[in-house]
This record gives sequence, C-alpha cells and structure tokens, in this order.
Amino acid sequence: MPRDTTGLRHDTSASAPRAELDGADQELRARLSGAWTVEHASAVEQEIDALVAAAGDSGRALIDLSRIERLDTLGAWVLDRTRHEFGQKGLPADFVGAKPEHHILLNEVAYRGFQPATEKKRTGLVDVLADIGGAVVSAGQDFARGISTLGEIIAALVRVILVPSRFRLPALTNQLEQIAFRGVPIIVLISFLVGCIVAQQGIFQLQRFGAQTFVVNLVGILILRELGVLLTSIMVAGRSGSAFTAEIGSMKMREEIDALRVMGLDPIEVLIVPRVLALVIGLPMLAFLAAIAALVGGGLVAWIYGDIPPDVFLARLKATITFNTFMVGLIKAPFMALVIGVIASIEGVAVKGSAESLGQHVTSSVVKSIFMVIVLDGFFAIFFAAINY
Amino acid sequence: MARSPAANGADRSREAIIRVRELEVGFGERLILKKLDLDVYRGEILGFVGPSGQGKSVLTRAILGLNPKRGGSIEVFGEDLDGMSGESRKSVERRWGVLFQQGALFSALTVRQNVQVPMREYLKLSERLLDELAMLKIEMVGLKPDAADKLPSELSGGMIKRASLARALALDPEILFLDEPTSGLDPIGAGEFDELIATLQRTLGLTVFMVTHDLDSLYTVCDRIAALGDGRIIAEGPIDEMLASEDPWVRSYFHGKRARAVAGGIEG
Repeated sequence: MPRDTTGLRHDTSASAPRAELDGADQELRARLSGAWTVEHASAVEQEIDALVAAAGDSGRALIDLSRIERLDTLGAWVLDRTRHEFGQKGLPADFVGAKPEHHILLNEVAYRGFQPATEKKRTGLVDVLADIGGAVVSAGQDFARGISTLGEIIAALVRVILVPSRFRLPALTNQLEQIAFRGVPIIVLISFLVGCIVAQQGIFQLQRFGAQTFVVNLVGILILRELGVLLTSIMVAGRSGSAFTAEIGSMKMREEIDALRVMGLDPIEVLIVPRVLALVIGLPMLAFLAAIAALVGGGLVAWIYGDIPPDVFLARLKATITFNTFMVGLIKAPFMALVIGVIASIEGVAVKGSAESLGQHVTSSVVKSIFMVIVLDGFFAIFFAAINY
Repeated sequence: MARSPAANGADRSREAIIRVRELEVGFGERLILKKLDLDVYRGEILGFVGPSGQGKSVLTRAILGLNPKRGGSIEVFGEDLDGMSGESRKSVERRWGVLFQQGALFSALTVRQNVQVPMREYLKLSERLLDELAMLKIEMVGLKPDAADKLPSELSGGMIKRASLARALALDPEILFLDEPTSGLDPIGAGEFDELIATLQRTLGLTVFMVTHDLDSLYTVCDRIAALGDGRIIAEGPIDEMLASEDPWVRSYFHGKRARAVAGGIEG
C-alpha cells in the first residue's frame, strides 16, 4: 500500500499551473507543470481553456504530466475532462509521464458525463395564474384545517374535563407564567404609552371646539372597547404565538411529536391543550391590565396637557363608562386567544425538516394571527353594534 | 486491509500533522481534558476511542477551535493555532474537512448545493466546473446522482453521512475529522463506509482522525488507535498494542464479548 504521499499533497512552495503547447502539426504536445490543485483553481481553469482553444482538431495529442508537481481531484478531473474533449473534437489524446500516485488519482476521478441540474421551467403568465390559484386553494385548506384543529382541541379539552386526572396542571401553570406573567411588563408599558398618545392627540383636536373634557370619553371608550384587547392580542401573537409555533415545529423536526404518539400520548392533549388553555386564561388578564395601564397613561396626559385633574378624570370616566363598555373588550379576549392558539399550533405541526421551513412557519403564524385578530375584532364591532350592546 | 504495525504506528519519525500538547479543556468546575498529549501523523488513519462522556468530541471540537481551551497548545500543519492571524487561520480551515456526528448538512440546501458551499466561498470557478466537481464528490462517496437534488430531510441516515462526507471533501482537504462516522449505519453500510474512507485515504493521501465506537472500523481501517480515559490518552498504538494493553478499560473494550466476536470474524 503506498503510504508515501508527498507527491500528492500540498506544500506551499509549489508554483502556479502552466500549460505549454508545442510540437508539429500532426502531433501536439502539451507540457503541463506546476500545481494543479484547488489553491490554483481559477488558474487551472484558465490554462485549460487556453489549451483547448489553441489546439487544432486533427492529428493526435500527448498530454505530458511529468512536470506536474501536485495534483488533486480538481486538477485530475479537469485533465481527464480535457483529454475527453480533445477526443471529441477528433484529436485523440493520451497522458504520458504521469507519476504513479497521479495515475491512481486520474483513474479514480475518470471523466464521465453528468446530468445537468434539472431546473423547473418557468413561464411568466401561466406561473402567475398558477401561483394565484395555489394561494386560493391553500387559503381554503388553511380555513378547513383551522376548523378541524379547533374541533380536535375542543374534543381533547372535553376529554380532559371528563377525566380530570389527565389534566396537566404543571404544564398549564408553566405556560401561564410564560404567556401571561412574563408578558406583563412589555404589554403594560406599550399600552401605557398608547394611552398617553391617544389622550394627547384627543386633547389637541378637541381643544379647538373647547370640548377637551370629552377626551375622557374618547380615551375611556376607545381603550376599553378596542385598543386594550387589540394591542394585547397583537403583542401576544408576536410574543407567544411565535414561540408556540417554534416549539411545536422544532419538536416535529426532531420526531419528538412522533415519540409522544407511539407512547400512546396525544400530542394535542399534551402540548396544545395546555398552551391554548393558558392563552385563553392569560389573554383576558393581560387585556385587563393593558386597559388599566392605558387609562392611567391617558389620565396622566389629560392632567398635564389638558388640565383635567385626576378626580375630575375619574368622575367623568365613571359617568361615561358603563359595565358593558368594559365587558365588550373582555368578551373578545378569549376568542382572540383561541384564534392565536389554533393558528400557532397548525403552523407548528406543518413544519417540515428544514430550518428554512421553521422560519417560514413562525413568520406565517405571526402574520396570520395578527391578521385574523384584527378581522375578528371587526366582526365583533359589527356584532355588538347590531345587538346595541 | 490488514497492515503491518511496524510500517505504520511504530514509526515515530514521521511528520506529526496535528500535535496536541498538555491540552486542558473544562466546563465550569469540571476539567474534561487534563494535560492531554496526542500526535496524529501525516497519511495515517487514527481511531480515537474512549468511554462515552469522557471528552472524545470535546477534543475534536477543541482542535477545530469550537471549544475554548484553558491551557496547552495545538499545532496543525506545524503552526500553532493560537498565534494565528485571521487569514492564516482561514487557510488552515480550508485544508481540513469535518464530518459531524449528525451530518450537519444545511437543511435549506440540496446535497449538491451543500457540497458547493465551501467551493463557492473559497474558489473562483465556472458554474460548469462547480457542478461537475460537486457531482464527482457525490459519486465518490457512493451516492446516486439523483440524490444530488434532494434536500437533507429527504435522505436516510446513511445517505446523510455520505452527503456530509462529500461536503467535507469539497476542497480536497488534507485532514479529515470524522465524528462517529459509522454510528447509525447498518453493518453492511458501515463496512462500505470504512472501505470508502480507506480508499479515499489511499488515493487522496488524506490524514483521518476518526472518533468511533465501531470495533469493525478499528480492526479494519485504523492504522493506529488512541484511547482516552480520565482526561488523557491512556493507551495508543496499532491494534496489536491495544490488545496487549494492561489498562482495565482498554482490556475490557478490546477483550469484551463483542470485541472477541469481531476479532474472531476477521482473523478466521
């Protein structure tokens, strides 16, 4: 077994590859020298291209390898390919003077044709139409899958309620901590700021009519009915929906979900029910805190910019806000939570093997959740208006 | 594939391509490698064994620069990795190829694109040659050409190892690091993989550093074996020397029931 590999391997002293052509018209002689290796990859390609271009197309050729210092698979491949190409254009070529170790390498990489990479043909208009059609079909499938996943979650919930021993309290409390408790600071802060901004703009606009005290009505109704719950839902979709999809998705990638299934555990019951339940419980609590924080922000700005002292603010608030204003916001919250949970779990389960797929599904989980939350809020607005609540 | 030990391992005059001296690596309070010395000689296949959790992968990762070390020195190609500038460090990195235990293929790229990643990064080549070289490597490791356009998630465990080896070989490295290359392969597939490593080592003149638990690999392809225990090398040498070792772990490893079955199968 040849163990001495000095002729094959790199040492930095070797010179750049060169190909020189000489010889009579009928017998061409290509003298190669230097290092035909990856370090000189582009030089190898240039030298060979020049050689092929310079060679005629009759007679025969000898490729002299005796002065090649180093050779690796790249060099060997290019050389054997060149020999093949000479043959194709009617110039039978042979190697002469190859060192034994180079000979082994040339045999190992012997030239063969490869199928070029198959690329899908794209035709402009047809593709656009096909993409649109595909998007419509997949939207329909999304909707159907959403309904069926919702059904599965509810069925699993009912099973858990019927057999309370299967209920996973530690998982639920853990999720509640992640979704609700740890989300409090950022959600309260953002709601507070939005409350300030709404109140400030309200005061500036209403001042022109001398009606700046109405800013209390504006802030109270807007925040309690819409903004509190909407801001919270969007934040939760971004914060917890994405985490939820990423967790389930990476578990799917590593076959953890299959592992649960073969142990006789229902992944929906083990993974999805605690998370959805935690969302349904946690989101109303967060929405309540968000509304309070926004009212505090509004009150503060009203005091500073609008000279409405806190006691007046509170008295007016009490006069304009009824219990149902408060309830309108809160009733919506569990539904928002359900939408976020269902979308996040569908996207999580849909993750395929690659990291790219995980990224795509987390993105679409957040985008779809936020979109659906806003659409749902619109439906609720229409509904509450219709029943005069 | 039997080799005479005298021609390989016993010859200490050969050039050490990797030289590890007094290496110390630890996490937190725990010291994993304690003043470890190891030489890997040019052109050999070194099998690296040891109980699970004793730091075989840690040593590999320390040599590759993935785990920080606390003390000692690592020389590769005769240069100390510590005192190196970014550029020369890069030029060392393109002279070695690594096969990770789980393959570590880029999941968003096809096998062909995976193999082309290091080529595109380091070489200026025409698209045609890039494609041809990628296909050449893919065929060299024994994959069918139709595997080239598959994504890693569509490959079986054995195919992932082969594809990952093709990527490790993309730049014609001088040193090949293999982390448990045959784990998870069926015995026939593992045997073929061993054969492949030996063929590549012969034709390309590779130096192979192989972490393995596969006794078949140790018997058939490794020129020399080093055993890790308690943070240092407890025994090293060709298989005959390992069989004669007095160390209790090495004895039970090479004289256990499974080892006897392998040895019997190969000698008989």
